[in-house]
Amino acid sequence: MEKIIAGIPVQVNEEGYLTDFSQWNQAVGTELAQEASIVMTPRHWEVITYLQKEFKNDVPLSIRKIGKSGVVDIKEFYQLFPMAPLKTASKIAGIPKPVSCI
Amino acid sequence: MKRIIILGSGTAGTMMANHLHHRLNSGEWEIDIIDERKEHYYQPGYLFLPFDIYDPEDIVKPIKDFIPKGVNLINETIERIVPQENYVSMISGDHLSYDILIVATGCKIAPEETEGMQGAEWQKSVFDFYTFEGALALRNKLRDWEGGKMVVHITEMPIKCPVAPLEFAFLADSYFKHRNMRHQVELTFVTPLSGAFTKPKATAALEHLLEEKHIKIESDFAIERIDNEQKTIVDYGGRTVPFDLLVTVPTNKGDEVIARSGMGDDLNYVPTHKATLQSKNWPNIFVLGDASDIPASKAGSVAHFEAEILTDNILHYIAGEPLKEEFDGHANCFVETGNGKALLIDFNYTHEPVEGTFPFPGIGPLRLLKESRINHMGKLAFRWIYWNMLLKGTHIPFVSATMSESGKQFD
Ligand SMILES: Cc1cc2nc3c(=O)[nH]c(=O)nc-3n(C[C@H](O)[C@H](O)[C@H](O)COP(=O)(O)OP(=O)(O)OC[C@H]3O[C@@H](n4cnc5c(N)ncnc54)[C@H](O)[C@@H]3O)c2cc1C
Repeated sequence: MEKIIAGIPVQVNEEGYLTDFSQWNQAVGTELAQEASIVMTPRHWEVITYLQKEFKNDVPLSIRKIGKSGVVDIKEFYQLFPMAPLKTASKIAGIPKPVSCI
Repeated sequence: MKRIIILGSGTAGTMMANHLHHRLNSGEWEIDIIDERKEHYYQPGYLFLPFDIYDPEDIVKPIKDFIPKGVNLINETIERIVPQENYVSMISGDHLSYDILIVATGCKIAPEETEGMQGAEWQKSVFDFYTFEGALALRNKLRDWEGGKMVVHITEMPIKCPVAPLEFAFLADSYFKHRNMRHQVELTFVTPLSGAFTKPKATAALEHLLEEKHIKIESDFAIERIDNEQKTIVDYGGRTVPFDLLVTVPTNKGDEVIARSGMGDDLNYVPTHKATLQSKNWPNIFVLGDASDIPASKAGSVAHFEAEILTDNILHYIAGEPLKEEFDGHANCFVETGNGKALLIDFNYTHEPVEGTFPFPGIGPLRLLKESRINHMGKLAFRWIYWNMLLKGTHIPFVSATMSESGKQFD
């Protein structure tokens, strides 16, 4: 479905994740962060940039991997994106909801 | 003589030994299978052992009873795989070279990954049921437990048999009901996932059951540590859940031999092509069962479907033919829901579990994603099928290695 974010129409799924990463820009990210009551700081953006890079390289993301990435430890990841950090941060980054395989 | 070595004689390795023994020319190929244990454990039984439904004798049998004559069974710990030079070395110092290697070393719990898990309360009020020892210790604890807060907990994904913790919670509910003490027990299910399960339709069905059975759910909980003094589990966000009895599923990891050989990812799983089961790095190494990193359930039923396809692929490989890209992630699992009922889920890489009938479209007799007594009978029959058919590599009638889409209600 279509949603207007930061003044531009973008495609999202029923949970609000962008379905086309090419439609993402920083303004879209900032507005998605506001919806999750998060005020973005340079530190937040560093983490978002890292997630987007991993996504582009097809690396599946997990809390464990992020904790060992050297970019951010798990404790800080939770401070930046409280509650469900990987899901929240993925949404802000414009990348799909991480799948935990079963 | 050429040699094919199978590492691990659990569910997957044993099935491969049986399949290959039937299909390979014994004048040309020697088949060796190596395991450090002498006993084969029926791991699905670990779910029933704590509740006194199965006895230890029901779930442990000698490995050698399931290995065909003509296959060499070697009782050794594998120290290292050296894929560059096509040999494996044993703890005893022996070396064995191979033409083809099959890795089936499974995965196991790694409680040391979580701070405090093996602290003062380990096997006093903190238990696992993913090992024989853990399930047995928990049985003894439950026999005279007087009630309180029971927390059933998953540390992180992936774990083998991802529905087993939920089944444990359902069985605990009915166990305490039968003992007339359900009112003395507060049951909570704690998971790192956003809901009871990863696939939406099954999650809805399972969450409904949790509610019906008055089991609370705490989702999105990523454990940081266990506080042994306060008897709480603490997540990275600072959330805490108190317990009197914690039944946890620790982090699952592939065997250390994979790490020692430099062949695994950060959880010691071997990178594997998900449709052919060939290792991504070494063409003469194949991986099946819990040891691989493919995005399918880590379950005995999955290993069974993989074994049928991998056997064909090994024959193709030997003949120098292209491999079949056939494995679709097919999983078929009974989910015990307590009170003598179970539901059945059937899914693959692309299709989530849905409602319908199985294995005969429109007839059943098994019902997908719906609780029934006949499904429960199916779950109990699985033990017989496991020992008598699955391990021997017998094809299970009417159930194909790839998923069937008929008789199912897709949107
Ligand atoms: C509680 C529980 C419930 C389950 N319920 C179900 C269910 O209902 N249905 C279902 O389909 N599946 C179920 N499973 C999952 C199923 O048991 C596993 O997926 C299956 O056993 C995997 O087979 P495998 O051969 O890959 O590994 P395993 O059967 O674990 O075998 C691995 C073997 O390798 C050997 N090994 C490992 N490393 C070495 C080494 N370095 N040297 C020598 N030997 C080594 C081990 O000794 C072991 O024998 C359940 C599992 C658990 C824990």
